[in-house]
Amino acid sequence: MIPAAFDYVRPESVGEAVGALAGAEAAGSEAKVLAGGQSLLPLLRMRLAFPDLVVDVGRIPGLRGVRDDGDALLIGAMTTHHEVVADPLVRRHAGLLAAATATVADPAVRHLGTLGGSLAHADPAADLPAVALALDAELTAVGPRGRRTVPAREFFTDYLTTALEPGELLTGIRVPKYDGWGFRYEKFSRTAQAWALVGVAAAVRCAGGRIAEARIGLTSMGPTPVRAAAVEAALAGAQAAEEPVAEAASAAAEGTRPAADLSGSAAYRAHLARVLTRRAVLAAAGPA
Amino acid sequence: MSRISVTVDGTTYEDDVEPRLLLVHYLRDRLGLTGTPVGCDTGNCGACTVDVSGASVKSCSMLAVQADGAEVTTIQGLAADGRWHPLQRAFHEEHGLQCGYCTPGMILAARDLLRANPHPTAEEVRHGLEGNLCRCTGYQNIVRAVLAAADAGAGTGADSGADTGGEAAI
Repeated sequence: MIPAAFDYVRPESVGEAVGALAGAEAAGSEAKVLAGGQSLLPLLRMRLAFPDLVVDVGRIPGLRGVRDDGDALLIGAMTTHHEVVADPLVRRHAGLLAAATATVADPAVRHLGTLGGSLAHADPAADLPAVALALDAELTAVGPRGRRTVPAREFFTDYLTTALEPGELLTGIRVPKYDGWGFRYEKFSRTAQAWALVGVAAAVRCAGGRIAEARIGLTSMGPTPVRAAAVEAALAGAQAAEEPVAEAASAAAEGTRPAADLSGSAAYRAHLARVLTRRAVLAAAGPA
Repeated sequence: MSRISVTVDGTTYEDDVEPRLLLVHYLRDRLGLTGTPVGCDTGNCGACTVDVSGASVKSCSMLAVQADGAEVTTIQGLAADGRWHPLQRAFHEEHGLQCGYCTPGMILAARDLLRANPHPTAEEVRHGLEGNLCRCTGYQNIVRAVLAAADAGAGTGADSGADTGGEAAI
């Protein structure tokens, strides 16, 4: 299938990109940002998206790579999944992000797809939005009115919708360091490389055989990624053992709005959320 | 129209392309390099996998303009001096194909895998090729072929000309 025709620009700076987006907005035409294209290209081909202008930000210097920023990592929005998985800083300080990113699609997709692209696309069935949410990441956007930072909790506002305003470009992701935390990303898919029916991103800090703190993000359990707040509360202070974790995990579907579709009913997704949360938390709390 | 300069299988091309032109259509329809097939056209099957500047990508999921300045290798660029690449030979000898439609993508994906991991286990081969679908073989012989190519040194930097056995009908 061939995409509908569009104009194309490849800006060389964030300012130029924001200018192109703002120009399209002012002209009443639709612009789409092209990062790695692994979500946008299929949408263009199927003509589910038919923008007037595609702004290719894939080569803007400075948007790619990982940098140590004291108690956090700064990850450029155009850092590819492949680079995230291999990055020593990410592996050391944000293991959950590396582990979950390694499960995104397949190697060829990970070579082009980017962390920023995945977060800005905000597909609730994508793996990384739930991870960003679980890790309390902060997202930096630059727009015509300057730069601002949005916590992940406020970033994902609806199905395929974020707090980014038209004309704003996601430039970076700030991920706090999780040194000493255990982690696990559990997902259930029908086939290799398929979307997650449900995914569970868990980061757990243990002390003296007990879970001191747990952060859990759920993939595909509603129109946006969600935190399993009831499970987190039940786990605080709980013994890091099968029974208490299973009991806490039984609340995993509370407050969620999973979709029912050809892949599974809402009840089935709720069941998966409970099972995968138990597995993820036990693995995260267990010996590394 | 956007002006691009792309090197494909060792030849550099300068072309004006429509921004919406997919890389796979550029290769096939503009350059006549039909060794790279269009499979599912949805980004799932991997049949159109090519190498872009050292990384496997699905050429149906990349615009030709995104490949501006890149070095592209397709299945048609693997053989050297009339000799097959070790992966091509291994797929032939291990019967790693039936209809052959997925083979160009399988080989380019396997080449990428072996570059990162020259001596993978069977499990690692299966995992590394999970973005490439085959509807004929059941994958058994594909895995065997990749392991045989690894034994023949396909992933140890001898990317072309390493195959010193026999003439290839290419």
